[in-house]
Amino acid sequence: MSATTPIKSPRWLTAHALAVFAFLYLPIVILILYSFNGQGVGGFPPRNLTFNWYRILFNDAPIWDSVLNSLLVAAAAMLIALLFGIPAALALDRAQFPGKALFRRLVLLPLILPGIITGLSLSMLFRVAEVKLSLLTIILGHGTALISVATTEVFAGLQKLNRAQEEASLDLGATYCQTFWRITVPNLKLSIIGAALLIFTLSMDEIAVSFFLIGRDNTLPLEIWGRLRRGITPEINAISTIIFLFSLIAIVFWYRLRTRAEVTPEIGAELVETAKH
Amino acid sequence: MFSRAYRTAITVPPLVWVAVFLLVPYLLMFCYSFWSVSDSGTIVHSWNLDNYHELLNKPVYWQTLLRSMWIAARVMFFSMLLGYPLAYLLSFHAGGRKDLYYQLVIIPLWVSYLVRAYAWKTILGTDGVLNTLLQYAHLTSHPLDFLLYSPFAVVLTLTHIYTPFTFLPIYASLEHIPRNLVEASHDLGATPAQTFWRVIFPLSIPGVLAGATFAFVLSLGDFLAPLLLGGPSGIMISNIVVSLFGAAYNWPLGAAISLCMLTLVLGLIFLSERLEKKWSFS
Repeated sequence: MSATTPIKSPRWLTAHALAVFAFLYLPIVILILYSFNGQGVGGFPPRNLTFNWYRILFNDAPIWDSVLNSLLVAAAAMLIALLFGIPAALALDRAQFPGKALFRRLVLLPLILPGIITGLSLSMLFRVAEVKLSLLTIILGHGTALISVATTEVFAGLQKLNRAQEEASLDLGATYCQTFWRITVPNLKLSIIGAALLIFTLSMDEIAVSFFLIGRDNTLPLEIWGRLRRGITPEINAISTIIFLFSLIAIVFWYRLRTRAEVTPEIGAELVETAKH
Repeated sequence: MFSRAYRTAITVPPLVWVAVFLLVPYLLMFCYSFWSVSDSGTIVHSWNLDNYHELLNKPVYWQTLLRSMWIAARVMFFSMLLGYPLAYLLSFHAGGRKDLYYQLVIIPLWVSYLVRAYAWKTILGTDGVLNTLLQYAHLTSHPLDFLLYSPFAVVLTLTHIYTPFTFLPIYASLEHIPRNLVEASHDLGATPAQTFWRVIFPLSIPGVLAGATFAFVLSLGDFLAPLLLGGPSGIMISNIVVSLFGAAYNWPLGAAISLCMLTLVLGLIFLSERLEKKWSFS
């Protein structure tokens, strides 16, 4: 059956949707426009269009250092989250152990909890354990918070997995290790890539947890935060425009990868599903 | 079918990690909230209820908490108002363009939270986009200064940030509604409005609850939008926590407030789960 319905959409719904899209995109349009504004962030309409802010940006070493730090943090956090999130999803799917219900709640909690609580509680841990705050503590923080994302995505993938394949593999004499790498992982490929991309993006933009775990080296959002607090910085508009363009490319790439395999968008669905368990 | 060794291998590592980096920190926060700070600024590990006494006796704390909840409630309401009809339109009337529109809702999430919040500052400021346009259209003779540095600015910005988060679970739950139920309702002579209120809406309640919880809880704990756009009247409870951990250097009191927030949030999640169980049909 096709997804089309017998009734036409009322006109006010379409108007409402246009208004919502305008609301969602207005700040982004403003940000891109003002990255070319000769007078910086003030005044309207933007005047004396210029590439000046981009020129200044490319010579701004601290910003590029923070971009590198953020990429490093995001990559490491992604590794941690996958390394512990995938087994966590497997455990929730196919193992019974005491405290399973509590474990499920704890793993998923950072997904719904305001970042400030995760950040603060971890900063207390590091203080008591006398660990100096640095990029490493931020990596541990992001990794821990984002295990929830890896677990939800992979758990949803496991629900759709046909276990008969794994059983067949084991019956035919493959070891658990072989079965895991040859059957389980390839079947979960899309969930894992999706989780990895999502974790990477979320970590790149994370600020509430980082805020409490920051040492001497800034991540990009914290560098931006510092500059916004100090005052007017049109360079921020320029770097955000560049990052936005890169994100768009990543989205198109991911979208094509996904449509080649299967099409249903699942992020929201998984959140609802996991909430039910 | 899975051996004991396999189950141990998939269970123990995440269990240990979660215990060390989630359970222990929460317990530490609990402990901290019963400790105190000496005059020289060191933490005194003697157990007492002083922090909780202070929270109850100083109106500034619970007043700020109430204001934060009021701001969060408005954000929840408005993101629902924006997100639900959009999700409905996409799920039932978008036809082949569904995936494209879906991506269009997600894409703003890829622009940094901070930068979008800051863009609203450019829009709402006294010489900003909105004020210039209003004056140009002769709708006002002088810049409106209540737009920025007010709870209004915080609600607007947080609504902008969390509308996609409310949209996602609602859309997912609408997508899961079997289409033949909707057709049956039409065939049996129900009007579109009846079909919506009697069939579609009740089945989408799990998504609505998840989206509402997201919007409320995440904006309740926000401290960046109030700092950027809130001004003195837009201060939220997390801002107090941040200052207690920073300049004021009173970690135990900050921990007590955080614990209250945590309890409130867990209570809401519990409530929303109970409601969802009541409403989910399978």
